[in-house]
Amino acid sequence: MTEATLNTEDDSEDRNRRPPRAVVGSSLDREEEVFGKAYDPRIVRRIWAFVKPYRSQIYLSVAAVLAFTLTQLAFPLVIRYAIDNGMAQGGGGRSVLLWCIAGFAGLIAINFAASWVQETVVGKAAENVLFDMRRAMFAHLQRVSLSWMDKTEVGRLMSRLMGDVNSMQEFLETSVLSVGDIVLLFGIVGVLLWLDPLLGAITMATMPILFIVRLFWLPPAKVSFMAAHHTNSSANGALAEGINGVRTVQSLDRQQVNFDLYEEKARANLRAHLRAAKFAQVMVPIVDTLTGISMATVIVVGGQMVLGRQLDVGVMVAFLFYIQRFFDPIRSLTMQYSVFQRAMSSGTRIVEVLDVPVSIEDKPDAVALSRDMDGSVEFRNVTFGYRKNQPVLKNVSFRVNPGETVAIVGPTGSGKSSCMSLVHRFYDVWDGSVTVGGHDVRDVTQDSLGAEVAMVLQEPFLFTGSVIENIRYNKQSATREQVIDAARAVGAHDFIMSLADGYDTKLEQRGGNLSLGQRQLISFARALVADAKILVLDEATANIDSYTEMLIQKALKRLLEGRTGLVIAHRLATIRGADRIIVLQNGELLESGNHDQLMEKQGLYSRLYTMNYSSFDDLPENAEDMVATAVGKAT
Amino acid sequence: MSHVIAAQAGKGLSTLWRIMVLTWRHPWMVIITILSCFISSALQLWTPVLLGQAVDRAEGVLDGGVGAADALWTIAMILLVVSILRGLFTMSMNYFGEAVGHHTAYELRLAVYEKIQRLSFSYHDKVHTGDLITVGMLDLEGVRMFFATGLLRVILLGTLIGVGAYMLISTDWVLGLLALSFAPFVAVNSSITQLRLRATWLTLQEMLQNLSRVMEENLGGIRVVRAFAGGRHEMHKYNEASDAALELAHERVNIRVNSTSLMNVSFFISMGLVLWYGGERVMAGQMTVGTLAAFLTFMTILQMPVRQLGLLVNSFARASTCGNRLFAFLDLDVEIKDEPGAKPLKLGEGTLRFENVDFAYPSAPFRPVLSGISFEARKGETIGIVGRPGSGKSTIAHLIPRFYDVTGGRVTIDGQDVRALTLASLRQAVAVVQQDSFLFTTNIENNIAYGDPWAKEARIARASEFAQLHNYIIGLPTGYETIVGERGVSLSGGQRQRLNIARSLMLRPAVMVFDDSTAAVDAGTEQRIRTAMKRFARDRVTLIISHRLSSLMHADQILFIDEGRVVERGTHEELLALGGRYRALYDLQVKPGDDQLEAAE
Repeated sequence: MTEATLNTEDDSEDRNRRPPRAVVGSSLDREEEVFGKAYDPRIVRRIWAFVKPYRSQIYLSVAAVLAFTLTQLAFPLVIRYAIDNGMAQGGGGRSVLLWCIAGFAGLIAINFAASWVQETVVGKAAENVLFDMRRAMFAHLQRVSLSWMDKTEVGRLMSRLMGDVNSMQEFLETSVLSVGDIVLLFGIVGVLLWLDPLLGAITMATMPILFIVRLFWLPPAKVSFMAAHHTNSSANGALAEGINGVRTVQSLDRQQVNFDLYEEKARANLRAHLRAAKFAQVMVPIVDTLTGISMATVIVVGGQMVLGRQLDVGVMVAFLFYIQRFFDPIRSLTMQYSVFQRAMSSGTRIVEVLDVPVSIEDKPDAVALSRDMDGSVEFRNVTFGYRKNQPVLKNVSFRVNPGETVAIVGPTGSGKSSCMSLVHRFYDVWDGSVTVGGHDVRDVTQDSLGAEVAMVLQEPFLFTGSVIENIRYNKQSATREQVIDAARAVGAHDFIMSLADGYDTKLEQRGGNLSLGQRQLISFARALVADAKILVLDEATANIDSYTEMLIQKALKRLLEGRTGLVIAHRLATIRGADRIIVLQNGELLESGNHDQLMEKQGLYSRLYTMNYSSFDDLPENAEDMVATAVGKAT
Repeated sequence: MSHVIAAQAGKGLSTLWRIMVLTWRHPWMVIITILSCFISSALQLWTPVLLGQAVDRAEGVLDGGVGAADALWTIAMILLVVSILRGLFTMSMNYFGEAVGHHTAYELRLAVYEKIQRLSFSYHDKVHTGDLITVGMLDLEGVRMFFATGLLRVILLGTLIGVGAYMLISTDWVLGLLALSFAPFVAVNSSITQLRLRATWLTLQEMLQNLSRVMEENLGGIRVVRAFAGGRHEMHKYNEASDAALELAHERVNIRVNSTSLMNVSFFISMGLVLWYGGERVMAGQMTVGTLAAFLTFMTILQMPVRQLGLLVNSFARASTCGNRLFAFLDLDVEIKDEPGAKPLKLGEGTLRFENVDFAYPSAPFRPVLSGISFEARKGETIGIVGRPGSGKSTIAHLIPRFYDVTGGRVTIDGQDVRALTLASLRQAVAVVQQDSFLFTTNIENNIAYGDPWAKEARIARASEFAQLHNYIIGLPTGYETIVGERGVSLSGGQRQRLNIARSLMLRPAVMVFDDSTAAVDAGTEQRIRTAMKRFARDRVTLIISHRLSSLMHADQILFIDEGRVVERGTHEELLALGGRYRALYDLQVKPGDDQLEAAE
């Protein structure tokens, strides 16, 4: 880290001597690649559950790997046989050679078929497992509680859904191959000992040396590889930051400072990579030397034996062939170990996601909320909170009659948004009950609840896709005319038509090519198309320019027509348009009634109102004191 | 400043040549690499010859077996030395080959970073951040890898295959041709496969991006999804994206497997042919077993490099596309930079003047954004600028620190045209507080001191007090050390804007512009910021751009902008009295039909 803490005693103006309090790139360390336990049977079992549906493919490909490895082992043997029994003086001559060639051809056919089967089957099965895993995670996330989602960054989830799942791929594809490696290793050992026990033993003396060398080499090498990886992502992070924050950088004239800091990162990256390259390459001469020793042994010892007629020359040739393949399995098996470790840590993180408890589920006997329910909403003695012993709503009761619009107002943190979430059963109450159309929300299916309770969130959220797709969203039955009617009703039609392709205009990421107010109007239209009996709406607090604001107010009226409305209101205009107003404070229902009644009461509402803020959220930070006085007065 | 030279190196040459010129900036490493490459290939080609001799010696076919034991010892020792040397030279080739790439990448990284910092706003407006990240990371990688996986491989494979083929064919041309018969087939096959894999890889990346976008939007908008009971709809979207990607992934497996299986088959077929024909020759006494063994060993040595031809083709293709983008980026003209002879700003009275300023964005030169804007502001004065979205009011702010250059008229500070000043001195003197503030992932202190990283702590605290942020910060468990930004503590919109204000206050600017920078700050806090700022405003020119009238009612002069022109100007009272656009906006913003308010006022 290049972070420099400021030396407070240092009073000098000398900017060249004192390092700036500055960093580029994230000050937080990236998610550590934890090398957890190398083998955790619980995780393996969970991962196996995903592999299991493809187990016949796995068995098939293991068989194919074995066949493939055996042919690899057999090729030098055929050559050996051809030399010793065919070409050698006194051998079988031509017919043996031809038989050998036929055998060779047979092996080629098997080799081809086996490698084709194995790679195709494993490759596809591995992809299937990955996609299944990802789908299972994604489907599970659709059901986990919102409070868990609130606490969890989307970026972190994405890195599990993409990164961790992908790093399982390497493992799945190579683990079958490593079966082949093990067989090859033992196969070579076996064949060499079988061909000539003495020569075999002497030749293979180098094998344990390589094994030991790699054992010592691996830990520091891994550290250096990780360091290269880390400095790389750190430099890339700084680059990304430089790109994203470029306007701030330029307007505050920070280019030089940033460049110097970035140069340090780039240099650290260079050094780490060179070091990692040294570690990677140092194995090359070691392996080559050991191969050289083995070959020299075969030449001297084997050669003498051939001279002394104790060994066929073909065996010597076969030995030389095997030696060249000797170290491959050791190399890939030690590498496989790291792959396995990485897969275990990814697997752990994947299982973590799959294990997030689902707190809200349909009861087995849940009924569908029928279309002809009356559309009333009632809170009965509701107590609710997100954290133990910290209730956000305390014993709140109120009723919204069919067709009525009720505004909920109150300072930030008073529990307004929680009320809204409860109507939709995003969470379950601790005590009391929430009923919709006379049914406890816990007794109806979530799908039917979603169909009858439409929701407009404070932050309009649009998906990538066309305008029409966004308005229609999951109501696939809505016709184009219905969509256009809805857009017209909320006053969005005009600006939509002015877009390049009208309703078929593709929205940029999250509707980036629309203004906030326009996005708001589209989300209104979406709620209108959903055509639910009940509308729950959280009004936007952000400053929208006055013209759009007017449009939104009109749209709101249209939206609430003939519906039961529960509106978390911030704007006075909205509040005054409501049939009834409920004032919440610190999770308790303080006052309720219409505007005039509440003004008469001289309570919190009238205080807030007369403070002359155009929006109830424009409360100064000392609202607490103010509210306290208001409450004092009210009681 | 080696990176500057590196960025310019080979400008005007074709992409691959230019990469070579860049590579040649490290001549010693390149020379060592290439020499090591020649030596290690020569040693590698020597090995089968030695093995063949050893077999023949052992069989006693040479010299009738006289001195065979000694000869075996000699061959063994030579082979051992050859193996060791080959290992060492291969190591040196690989290491220095990588090192050249990393050194080149280091210089290019710096060049890219510097370019990004220098390119003007108009460039960043039209280019997606994602594209720039691709240039700085992936394209740079493609160029970096070119020496080790492209150029060097050409030399290595050329030597191995060329010399190897010569040795084989000169020993026995029929057998040699048979031994090499697999090479052209494998080379072509592997090249085509790599190119196809590369093409499908790019498509697959797109599909995976699509898939991850579906997931990301779903998770980010999970409340909408739940609110509309859209789970099934979302799963459907997911499945569509996922199935398409899976299908392509399967197709890629097929492409790859067909190719590798065929390559294996063709290799073994030519090995079988060598064995057959060679066996016949041995039996006919025209060839020794050792020579046959040498041929077969040659083949195993050549197998790898021939297969790698495909990777080589891939490396060339990649370097060429990546290099094209990277160099195009590095060669971009920086539109706004110090003019020749630019002088640092000399501050006197600190008077800001717009003289008949016109402006149009470079991307749409015929759509004027501002026309004929003129005003003057003296030290201590506050100018309010109001107008509907898209009226051009923010553009006015961007012209003062030269985020963009005027297309007509001029902007001056104390009579000096901003275009004649050094950018550094200008931007130190002009602070623009933008609506969207960017938080760097570091602690709050560093974020506030971003423009003046040498500032004393007391000044940082004072600036945040002015911005009404200090109390909030010291209430945090770790105070000013609290890390904010992408993965740190998240601040609300209002807090971010206040941090942004504090950040600008650190600069001691002569001109301070608030570009809708309190939109998310509540009215009460804004009021207090305004009060605190009063003292601050005495020593400088202040511009307030907003659509919230309460933010700028107190200004000494208010400009109402519409379609890039000043349509009304005057003080709040004058404009109200005028009864024009400003008045209409005012009526709209005050509580509609609320008499009580009027009374309270």
